[in-house]
Amino acid sequence: MEEIKPQLLKITFDGIEVEVEPGTTILQAARKIAEADDAQAHIVPPAMCYYKPLPASGGKCRACLVKVSQGSAKDPRPMPKLVPSCITQVQDGMVVENSTNPGVLDTRKAIVEFLLINHPLDCPICDQAGECHLQDFAFEHGSAKTRYEEERRTFDKIDIGPYVQLHMTRCILCYRCVYTADQVTNKREHGVMGRGDASEISTYIEKSIDNDFSGNIIDVCPVGALTDKTYRFKNRVWFTKPEDAHCNCEKCSGKVTLWYRGDEVIRVTARKNTWGEVNEFICNTCRFERKKTSEWVLEGPSKVKRSSVISANKYGSNLVKKPDFALKLAASQFKKIDDGREYVTDEETIRHQSVENNDKANHRSLLANNN
Amino acid sequence: MAKKILTEHINVPGIETFDVYRQHGGYAAVEKALKTMTPDEVVEEAKKSGVRGRGGAGFPMGMKWGFLAKPEGIPRYLVCNADESEPGTFKDHHLMRSIPHLLIEGMIVSSFALGAHKSFIYVRGELLYVVRILEQAIAEATAKGFLGKNILGTGYDLELVVQPGGGAYICGEETALLESLEGKRGNPRNKPPFPAVKGLYQSPTVVNNVESIANMPWIINNGGDAYAAIGIGRSTGTKLISASGHIRKPGVYEIELGVSVDEFLNSDEYCGGVRDGHYLKALVAGGSSVPILPAHLITKTANGEDRLMSYESLSDGGFATGTMLGSGGFIVFDETACIVRNTWNFARFYHHESCGQCSPCREGTGWMEKVLHRIEHGHGSMHDIDLLVDISKKIEGNTICPLGDAAAWPVASAIRHFRDEFVWHITNPQEASRPGAVYMGDLAVA
Repeated sequence: MEEIKPQLLKITFDGIEVEVEPGTTILQAARKIAEADDAQAHIVPPAMCYYKPLPASGGKCRACLVKVSQGSAKDPRPMPKLVPSCITQVQDGMVVENSTNPGVLDTRKAIVEFLLINHPLDCPICDQAGECHLQDFAFEHGSAKTRYEEERRTFDKIDIGPYVQLHMTRCILCYRCVYTADQVTNKREHGVMGRGDASEISTYIEKSIDNDFSGNIIDVCPVGALTDKTYRFKNRVWFTKPEDAHCNCEKCSGKVTLWYRGDEVIRVTARKNTWGEVNEFICNTCRFERKKTSEWVLEGPSKVKRSSVISANKYGSNLVKKPDFALKLAASQFKKIDDGREYVTDEETIRHQSVENNDKANHRSLLANNN
Repeated sequence: MAKKILTEHINVPGIETFDVYRQHGGYAAVEKALKTMTPDEVVEEAKKSGVRGRGGAGFPMGMKWGFLAKPEGIPRYLVCNADESEPGTFKDHHLMRSIPHLLIEGMIVSSFALGAHKSFIYVRGELLYVVRILEQAIAEATAKGFLGKNILGTGYDLELVVQPGGGAYICGEETALLESLEGKRGNPRNKPPFPAVKGLYQSPTVVNNVESIANMPWIINNGGDAYAAIGIGRSTGTKLISASGHIRKPGVYEIELGVSVDEFLNSDEYCGGVRDGHYLKALVAGGSSVPILPAHLITKTANGEDRLMSYESLSDGGFATGTMLGSGGFIVFDETACIVRNTWNFARFYHHESCGQCSPCREGTGWMEKVLHRIEHGHGSMHDIDLLVDISKKIEGNTICPLGDAAAWPVASAIRHFRDEFVWHITNPQEASRPGAVYMGDLAVA
């Protein structure tokens, strides 16, 4: 019997056409484009709360908002507002603007600002540094300065068990760990308490989170709010070497990544895909108690993305955009200090002076070298 | 006297009891609908009447009913949203407390139209005594055969459940209400799917406001066309307005939509004018979440036309010079009201009530409140004003539910219309932070 294939839907995302199956979300369509062409990876909307293996996640952080400029071929009216790409399903003929729409980028900048109101930028001492989705999101879409000058919320540390450290001050309330506890573990012991910006992840009267799959809430946390107590403060991720390995585990698939410092396994995590999502959740025994190479069958080094902090200087100068001419011009207009000199603001003169200054500097350095 | 649909018998002694309500024509609509009409005919009457959702959104009720999915073998639900918590709005409370059988009758007729056999009334958690009044009314109606199995021998069954809410404003948002009703945390759901497709317990559900449902008995008794003949344009029928603030006669009034704002505010039949010795400064026409209007835009639109109490006329001019009818919370401010303090007060409410699920609302409402607190207490700076406008723009339209918009609009509109008052607070910090100090423009400071 001939297999009946569902009719594919055509969607235009940032001017790139792609065909996807019915039920695909806009975010999945964008990821499909990036998977086919690595050069387009930058167009994929960021996702802080959406996590594909966790049904019903998404729609909360609003980081992935995109503009739907045409709903569908049948009903070409534009959608009334920005929509969350992670939960909005595509329609045939849909036209989506993401990195091509200044309004979307502006909103995304605002979302970074909102999220950083109550998330401390303590990356130098945070165990998640280098693997933090918010760090990447802020780097790619945020502004270097904040306009927030009020008091920020802080929390006392709560002990939630032997393996996981909850640092509520860093939590951005993405609800991923709550969904994990609900869907992956056999016992849900924590949830969200309180309302508004007083909401917090908490257990019932400081009970501990103690079940065989509780460690997975560490893997799904996009920031450093939930960290591994057996690994905390032992190392920085960019000094470690990930190796894929497996074992015959009775409780889970046993497919993990071992994180080496020299010959020592200092951390075990589930394997993650390109989008930082785990493929298969693992049990606590594999994660916390098997830290000898002899307990594992090694498969070889894990594939590391070119943009990862492990393979390259992700936040280094090679990826930072140099200030362009417009910025220089704006700066010259801003600094109007009356010191008796005449300031010029027209582009041509500034460019001319800039070339002259460079020539002078080159000349000086040439003289210095010759001497 | 204007036409009364909901409050015609509200002052009759004992109207809260079944017998007195029945003597005044009560439950005639149930008899007519169940015995002589089909559910589709009832829906058709609702469509003809043009009655719009009275909870604030103003979406046509009949059209909403028409969207209800009707898959085989899956129950359908009607949920009455009685979680009225908008500051300045207290009309549903008045209706349920004074004439509970009107809502019960409307629920029976509406449930019959939608094919629902179990319906819910979700009452604001703070109004526990109203829960008892409604339960008493349900018990009476059940004893008389108007609720329960085989109503009036027509074969139609209906169970009516009253559920007190958890005391959170957000539970008045229809999807958060459904979550709360299911026993979960009152967080709004992402839409789509809409409740008409997947609502309570993943079944097709209609959520309607108390006042909308209470209109149904009159519509059935008199016909949708008769209802549509009342009012003006697409704003058909009557509307309950809860008037409060600096007026001579605060209270709940039933108006025919289309009466002028001037008449409603100043006539003795309604508010009776601004309190003696004072003059009008500002108005919030539809509950705290709608944009505030300054005196010169209240009785006349920007085009110089008379401003009417209708969905269209109040929103004339968009948010630049107009506002919204909303839930009908008519709050009047005279010149003794400090707009900055009032805006801070509203912002404090929305900050407290944000559910905390999505980032812009969770973080933005708190930020706005803190900046407004600073300005009101004499610690503001000039760039705070633009900062507030910018924050409100970044919240508006970017959240899961309309609470974000509700928090953003009062702040943005207050700055739009009363910017000089904000500037005065910042440039005269010592004077402005003095208790009772009010900006008087060119006049002396009180």
